[in-house]
Amino acid sequence: MLGPDVTWYLVISGILFSVGALGVLLRRSPLIVLLSVEIMLNGANLALIAFSRLHGESDGQVFAIAVMAVAASEVVVGLGLIVAMSRRNLALDVDRLTSLRG
Amino acid sequence: MIVVASVGNVVVWAVWFVAAFACIGSALAVVSFQNPFFSALALIGNLASLAVLYLLLNAEFVAAAQVLVYAGAVMVMFLFVVAYLGGEADAPWAGGPSWHVIGAVAAAAAILTEIVVVIGVKAGDRLSREEDIRAAFGSPAEIGRLFLTDHLLAFEVTSIVLLSAAVGGVILGHHSRRFDDPAIADRP
Repeated sequence: MLGPDVTWYLVISGILFSVGALGVLLRRSPLIVLLSVEIMLNGANLALIAFSRLHGESDGQVFAIAVMAVAASEVVVGLGLIVAMSRRNLALDVDRLTSLRG
Repeated sequence: MIVVASVGNVVVWAVWFVAAFACIGSALAVVSFQNPFFSALALIGNLASLAVLYLLLNAEFVAAAQVLVYAGAVMVMFLFVVAYLGGEADAPWAGGPSWHVIGAVAAAAAILTEIVVVIGVKAGDRLSREEDIRAAFGSPAEIGRLFLTDHLLAFEVTSIVLLSAAVGGVILGHHSRRFDDPAIADRP
């Protein structure tokens, strides 16, 4: 294969996953938490596609497209929840949502 | 012939470097920007550079779907909601290191170390020997054939997941509209 081998793609995918995890843990705005979850999902997708190339089978890419569909659904529900929160005048701050005693 | 191959190799390495650094840089920008609007814009850059990496891995159809579905549809929805809510700024790095920030960075660093160690243990052994691929690898025809033969159940389940997400989105929007109405919200 031309260019770097699959190992380097996996390293990029690991870095993306941990940057996404950093965003989820660090940020308080639920919008940016959702964006960070998207980064984590994309890191996992990159690993799936790299392994698909490693084995020379397209099944990993099918899996990646299924992950994309689930991510799109997750964004719909997440953004719906955020809009519902703001319409009920709740603070857009994940640390202040303590109705469930979290 | 060898010269052509090595020039191609250098070009692919260069493209990989640019795409990989754009990818990581924009991911860090998403996490660090105060304004959610700029974070969403940075995520578009992240998704586009990921599509380049997918192309380098011969996954043409997934790269196209990534640009259409993520950088297109999902991000438009995000920008719409950010514009609607008027994105509040919260500064992640302001005000010195608190326990919250230190804990988050330590946890992310632990995850990264774990992943890199596992890859390093396995690297060079099987990870550096890619199988040869057919010409159809990653093409829309191949992906479509797999979806309609080997992975038919996944295909059907995906449609149910998307339908229930759409119904859930409508229900969430509907309920919140009801709470807006003071005449109804006052009732127990």
